[in-house]
Amino acid sequence: MSPLSALVRKDLILYFSNKRALLITLAAPILIAAFFGYVMGGPPKKPTRVPVAIVDLDRSPTSKIIVDAMKADPTFDLKEVPEPEAVALVREGRIRAAAVIPAGFGDAAPKAMFAPNAKKPEITVHFDPSQAIALQLVKGLLAEHVMKGVSRAAFSPDTGMKAITDMRADVKAAKDIAPDERRDLITLFDSIERMQAHNKPASASRPGGGTQGFSMPFETKQVEVTGKANARYNGFAHSFAGMGVQFILFMGIEVGVGLLLMRRLGLWKRLRAAPVSRTLLLGSRILSGTLIASILLVGIYAAAIAFFGVRIEGSVAGFILIGIAFAILTSTFGLLIAALGKTPEATRGLAVLATLLLVMLGGAWVPSFVFPEWLQTVTLFVPTRWAVDGLEAMTWRGLGFDAALAPVGAMLAFSALFARIAIRRFDWEE
Amino acid sequence: MLEARDLWKSYGTRKAVEGVSLAVKAGEIVGLLGPNGAGKSTTVAMLCGLTPPDRGSVTIGGEAVGEERNAVKRRIGLVPQDISLFEDLSAIGNLELFGALYGITGRTLHDRTHAALELVGLADRAKSRPSTFSGGMKRRLNIACALVHDPDVLLLDEPTVGVDPQSRNAIFDNLETLRAKGKALVYTTHYMEEAERLCDYIVIIDHGKIVASDRKEALLALLPAEKRRKVVVSEASLEDVFLHLTGRELRD
Repeated sequence: MSPLSALVRKDLILYFSNKRALLITLAAPILIAAFFGYVMGGPPKKPTRVPVAIVDLDRSPTSKIIVDAMKADPTFDLKEVPEPEAVALVREGRIRAAAVIPAGFGDAAPKAMFAPNAKKPEITVHFDPSQAIALQLVKGLLAEHVMKGVSRAAFSPDTGMKAITDMRADVKAAKDIAPDERRDLITLFDSIERMQAHNKPASASRPGGGTQGFSMPFETKQVEVTGKANARYNGFAHSFAGMGVQFILFMGIEVGVGLLLMRRLGLWKRLRAAPVSRTLLLGSRILSGTLIASILLVGIYAAAIAFFGVRIEGSVAGFILIGIAFAILTSTFGLLIAALGKTPEATRGLAVLATLLLVMLGGAWVPSFVFPEWLQTVTLFVPTRWAVDGLEAMTWRGLGFDAALAPVGAMLAFSALFARIAIRRFDWEE
Repeated sequence: MLEARDLWKSYGTRKAVEGVSLAVKAGEIVGLLGPNGAGKSTTVAMLCGLTPPDRGSVTIGGEAVGEERNAVKRRIGLVPQDISLFEDLSAIGNLELFGALYGITGRTLHDRTHAALELVGLADRAKSRPSTFSGGMKRRLNIACALVHDPDVLLLDEPTVGVDPQSRNAIFDNLETLRAKGKALVYTTHYMEEAERLCDYIVIIDHGKIVASDRKEALLALLPAEKRRKVVVSEASLEDVFLHLTGRELRD
C-alpha cells in the first residue's frame, strides 16, 4: 500500500463508515429531487391541460359554438360556471383564467367582423397574475375559437340572416359612406345571403348549420427538440441534476471542514511529520473527495434512472466525463474552504451560504433559462451552472459528446483555480 | 544519534525558541522539561522537521532533517501531545495508515503493526475503533502509531497527559523497553517525577532558552547546599498506595 493509496483508503473508510450520514446524504437529494421533479412536470407525458373557466352570459347559438369548441380543445381543462364562481376559482389559484362571453355577443360579433366601425363586443378575461404566461395562451386560443365560431354564425342562414339584414339597413342609412363603397358592401351582403341560402338545407339541427366559417389557415405539428430522436423531456432529469449538484457540494464542504478538524485534533501535524510531500497530502484529499463525489453521483443517478425514468439520452461517455469533472470541482471547492477557513464551525456556516448561492445561481433550483438575460450571462461565471447544464445536456436534451466538452473544460478550469488559490493560501504550519 | 544545534524560532515578534542545542545518544532518554509555553513543543516540532528553524540545524546520524519528503524523517517517530488518531478507523487501520506513510508495505507492515500493538498491550483490540477506547488506551495507541515504522529516534510530547497510573506505568515500561533496544528518546514533560524515573539526561527550558542541561544527578548540584537535603515525611507516595490498592494490572 503506497502512501497515496493509504491516505485515500483512510478517507473512503472514514466517509462510508458513517452509514447513517451516508444514508441521509443520498436520501436527501433523491427525496427533494423527486419533489421538484414532480412539480416541474415529472416523467414524459401528454402536455398538461390548462385549467380555465368559461362564462356564457349570451346563451346564443354563436356563443354555444365557441363554448363547445373550447370544450373540445385538448389544451383546456374547461369548466362552464357562473361568473362569481369563475372569479373565485381564479382568485384561489385553482384555474389560470376565466373568459366571460357577454350578453348580446351573438348579435354584435358578426356585425363587428364586417363593419370596422361597429362597436365590438368585449370578452372579459379574468386571470391569475402569478400565472400571467397562461393569459397569452388563453387569449390566443380564445381568438381562434371565437373567429371560427363567429364566422360560422355569420355565414349560417339561421344565425347570420338577421345580421346581414341589419348590416344592409345600416349601410343604406349611413351618410358617411361613399356611393361606390356602399354599392360594393351591398353586393357583398347579397353574396353572403346567397351563400346562407345554399347552406340552409344542411342547417336543420345544428347551430351554425352546415357552414364551417373561417378557420386557421395552417395546422401546427409539435416536435420536442432534443438532441436525440424520440428523446423526451423529463422534469426529474433537471431536478436530479440540480439536487445532485447541491448535495454533493455539501459533501465538498465536509472535505474542507474535515481538514480543519484534522488540524484541530493534531492529526494534520502527525501526517505532516511523515516523509510525504505537501502535494501528496493535499492531492490525496482531492482524489478521495473526487471518488466520494463520484460514488454519490452514481448513487443519486442510479435512483433517478431506476425510479424516476431519467435516461442518459445523450453521450454516456460525456455524462461520465461531466460527472468526474464535477467531482473534481467539488473536491477542490472543499480544499478552498479548508484554505480560507479558520475554525470548523465558522467555516461550515459560511461554506453552506456560499454553496446555496452557487447552486441557486447555477440553476439547480429553477432552470437558468427562466433567469433574466443578464443573469443568464453572469451565471456563466458560476461553476455550478456548467455542472447542471452539462448533466441536463447528457440526459434529457440527448446531446452528443461534443456538448460535454465545454462544461468539462469550464469545470476543470474552475477546479484548477480553486486548487491554486487553496495551495497558495493553505496555512501549512498552523 | 540526534543532534540539534543552536535552534531559533520566532512567530512574528514573539521569540519561541532561542538558541536551543541538545544531543541524544542511542539507548538514552533525554527529558525536555519546562513549564507551559516554555518552547518545548516548538523545539520538538523543529526536531522532527514539522517546523523549519529560523536558524540552527537538526541532524540524525549526521544527516540533516528537512521538510516534506526528506528520507531522514523515516528515522523519526513523533508522539504528539494531542491524541492524534482517526477515531473511526480501527486500531490496526490507524497503524497500517501511519506505517504506509513511512513506506512500510506488505508482510513487514503486517508484522510491525502487530508488534506495535503487542508492545502497548492492545493486541486483543486490534479491530476496535479508538472511539471505543479509554483515554489510557488511546495514549498507548498514539505511541504505537509512532513506533510502527521502527524509528531510531522517538520524540514524545507529553505522552501521559490525562492517563491513569496503570496506563502511565505501562507507557513507562514501553519506553524503557525501547531504550533497552537502543532507541534514542526525547521525552517532553512538565511532570518532574516522570523525568526523574525515566530520563538519563535532562534539559530544562524556560522562555525558549535552556536554563540547565546535564545528567539528573549533576543537576542536583545546581541547588544551594542547604536545599539539597529534604526531610522525608513518608517513604511511600500516594501513588504507591494507590497502585498497591488498585494493582498494576491494566484496566482497559
